[in-house]
Amino acid sequence: MTIINDAAVDVEIRKAVLRSKLKERHGVEKSFPRRRKEEPALAELRERQPAFRGLEAGHRACQGCGEALGARLVAEAAGPDVILTNATGCLEIFTSPWPQSAWRVPWIHSLFENSAAIAAGIEAAMKHQGKATKVIAQGGDGGTFDIGFQALSGMLERMHNVLYVCYDNEAYMNTGIQRSGSTPHAASTTTSPAGQERMGKRHLKKDLLSIIASHHIPYAASASVAYPRDLRRKVRRAMEVEGPTFLQVHCPCPLGWGHDGAVTIEVARLAVQTGLFPVVEFERGEVAGVMPLRNPQSVTEYLKRQNRFRHLFSNDPRAREEREHLQALADRNIEKFNLRGEGMDPLDSEGADTVRRGGLVA
Amino acid sequence: MLSALEGSQAVARAVGLCRPGVVAAYPITPQTHIVENISKLVADGQLQCELVSVESEFSAASVALGAAAAGTRAYTASSSQGILLMGEVLYNISGLRVPMVLTCANRALGAPLNIWNDQQDSMAVRDAGWIQLYCADNQEAVDTTIQAFRIAEHTEVPVMVCVDGFVLTHTLEPIDLPTQEQVDRFLPPYRFDRALDSRNPLSLGTCVDPLFFTESRHSQHKALLRSMQEIVAADSDYAGIIGRSCGGVLSVVGPAEAEIAILAMGSVCSTLQEGMQIFSQERVVKLIKLRAYRPFPFLALREVLQGVRELVVLERAVAPGSGGIVGMEVRSLATTMNSPPRIHNYAVGLGGRDVPIEIYPRLIEAVTCATEPVWFEIFDVEVERLPIEDR
Repeated sequence: MTIINDAAVDVEIRKAVLRSKLKERHGVEKSFPRRRKEEPALAELRERQPAFRGLEAGHRACQGCGEALGARLVAEAAGPDVILTNATGCLEIFTSPWPQSAWRVPWIHSLFENSAAIAAGIEAAMKHQGKATKVIAQGGDGGTFDIGFQALSGMLERMHNVLYVCYDNEAYMNTGIQRSGSTPHAASTTTSPAGQERMGKRHLKKDLLSIIASHHIPYAASASVAYPRDLRRKVRRAMEVEGPTFLQVHCPCPLGWGHDGAVTIEVARLAVQTGLFPVVEFERGEVAGVMPLRNPQSVTEYLKRQNRFRHLFSNDPRAREEREHLQALADRNIEKFNLRGEGMDPLDSEGADTVRRGGLVA
Repeated sequence: MLSALEGSQAVARAVGLCRPGVVAAYPITPQTHIVENISKLVADGQLQCELVSVESEFSAASVALGAAAAGTRAYTASSSQGILLMGEVLYNISGLRVPMVLTCANRALGAPLNIWNDQQDSMAVRDAGWIQLYCADNQEAVDTTIQAFRIAEHTEVPVMVCVDGFVLTHTLEPIDLPTQEQVDRFLPPYRFDRALDSRNPLSLGTCVDPLFFTESRHSQHKALLRSMQEIVAADSDYAGIIGRSCGGVLSVVGPAEAEIAILAMGSVCSTLQEGMQIFSQERVVKLIKLRAYRPFPFLALREVLQGVRELVVLERAVAPGSGGIVGMEVRSLATTMNSPPRIHNYAVGLGGRDVPIEIYPRLIEAVTCATEPVWFEIFDVEVERLPIEDR
C-alpha cells in the first residue's frame, strides 16, 4: 500500500530536481541514493528511534570512543536477527571481558585476520539451515586493510551474503597506536613517530574502498560517526542487499589521535568536511552517491585539533610542505568524487536524529 | 559390499555419508582428491552441502569454524604447508571447543619443498588441542572419518584424521563403505549447544584474563583426556552397527607376551604387519598400532608395554635438535614403569622415502644386536651422500 501525502509529494519533487542536477553533472542518469526517499517529519523521526540495542552500555571503551559509537549505531540499525563476528581489536576487547559481554546479539570472536572468513562460514551455515539471519563481520582498520585483507577479498569474491563493517580509526589502537595501512600520510604513531628525520607516516592511506568496490559487489560505502543518520541508513541499505556489502566507518580515537574525548564528533565531522575522508557510495563498482560538501573546510582546521599532526605545525619547512600535501590530497578527493555539490545538506548529528543516550530503550 | 576405491575417494564418500552442511577447503597436494571428490558429490546432487572454495587454508579452517559454531556440521581437509597456515585457527577451534573434523593427508614440510609423505605436518600441530587419529589403511580411514564426527560432537573437541599422503590417499584398495542407513544409525544429526542463534544470543570467544585462563586450559586438557573413552566407545558402537572396529586408541598385532615390540602410527603399520607375515622369525614380535596420538593413551600403552624388553618406536617426523617426537613421549611414559623396555627410536620414510617391507627384518636385527638403546636415528638415511661433517 502506498500512502500519498504532502511530505511524500514534496520529497518526490525534490528528488526530481536533484536527479536532473545529477544528470547534468554526470551526463548520464545516475541511480539515486536511497536516503532521499525518506524525509520523515520530526515527530515521526522520534517515533522511529531504534528500540533495539545490539551493543549495550557499560562496556569498557574509552570516553569519546568513536568505534564504540559506530558499533552501537550499526547494531541498532541492523536489529536483532543478526549474527556478528569480530576481529581481534579494541571493540572485541572492550565488549567482551569474560564473564561479561555487552552484546545482545549472537557474537563470535575468533582471530585477528579471519572475521570475514568466520562470517562466510556462518553465512554458509545459515543458507544450509534455510535461515535468513544476516551475518555482519566487524573489524578495525588493521584487521581489514592489512592482516584480514585476504580473507575479506575472498569473502567478497565468493559473494557471501555478509555485511562487512570496518571501524576505521586509522591505526592499531588496541596494541598502542601503531601505524596501519589506513593511517593517513604524515600522521605520527608509535611506529611512524615524528622526529628529526621523519614527518610521521611516509606512505599514503590505502584507498581501501576503491579496492573493495573493484570486487563489483552490490554495495560499498563509507560513513562517519559524525553522521549517524547517514550511517544507519547505509546499514539498513546494506542489510536489504542479498550479497556482500561493505561499510567503512570513520571513527576517531581520542587516545590515538590525541584529542579530547568530548570533541570526537567535531573531529570526525571535520574529516568529512575537509574532503580528507570522502563519504561515498558504490554500487557494483560505480559511484552511486556522495555526501556533498557545501562549504569545504581547510585541512588545517582538522589537523590542528589532533596531536598526531602536531609536528605539522612546527617551524620545520617540511611541516608546511606536508600540510600542503594533505590539503592537496583532500582537494583531490573533492575533485575525484565531485564532492563540492549543491545537493541537500548532509544530515548530520545535529538536530532531530541525535542518538538517544542512557540505558535500554524500552 | 567391497568396491575398489582410491583412498581420497573413499574418504570423500565417507564424509558425504556423514551429511556435513558446510565443507570448506583449499587445494594442496596430496589432499586435493578428497576435495575434488566431495565437489563431485555436491555437483551430482548426492550431497546437499554448502561447498566453500576458499582463498587459503587459513580461511578454510575459519569458514568451517564459523559454520560449526553456527550449528552446522562442518568439514575441511589439508596437508603440509596448509596445516601450518591453518595453525592459528586450529588452536582457536579447539580452544573455543567447537566440534569439527579435518582430514590431514600427511605430507612433509618444506624447505626443501617436498610433496611426499611423512607426518611432520600433523606433528607440528600435535599440541593444538585436537584429537589426532592415525589410519593404517584406507578402510580405517573411512571408518575413522565417520567415527570422528561422533567423537568430536560428543566431546566438543575437534578431530584430525591423519591419512598418509599418496601411500593411502592415492592408492586403490578394496573398500567396504557402510550404507547411509547404517551411518545415520551411528551418527545422530549435528547438535551444538552453544550455537550462534539470533533467538538465543550468546557471545563466543570472549577475552579471558589470568583470573580464569588457567582453568580454561585445565578443562580443555581434561576434555582431551576424557575423549579417550569416547574414542573407544565410538569404535565399539561402530563395530556393533557396521561390524568393523579400528582398535580404539591402540591395537596390538602379534602375541601379547612378545618381548620385542614395534610401535608405529599410520600406513607404516600395514607394511610392518605384512613384514611380520612374510619373514619367518625366530623371535616373537608384536606390533603396537598407535591410533590415538592425541589424547596420548598412557594407560593403555603402559598396559601393552608390560613385559616388553626391546621397544622400537618408529616415526615419520623429526624434532631437529632433539630427535624423535613420539619416542620422547614413550620414553617419558616408560619412566613410570617398574621394568621399562629398552627404547630404540627411529625415524623412517621422511619426505616420501619408500619404506620397503624389508624394513621389518632390518629393524629387528638392529635392535637385537644393539648393545645400547638407540636414542634417536634416522633409520634409512644414506650418510655417504652427505659431507663428512653432516654424517
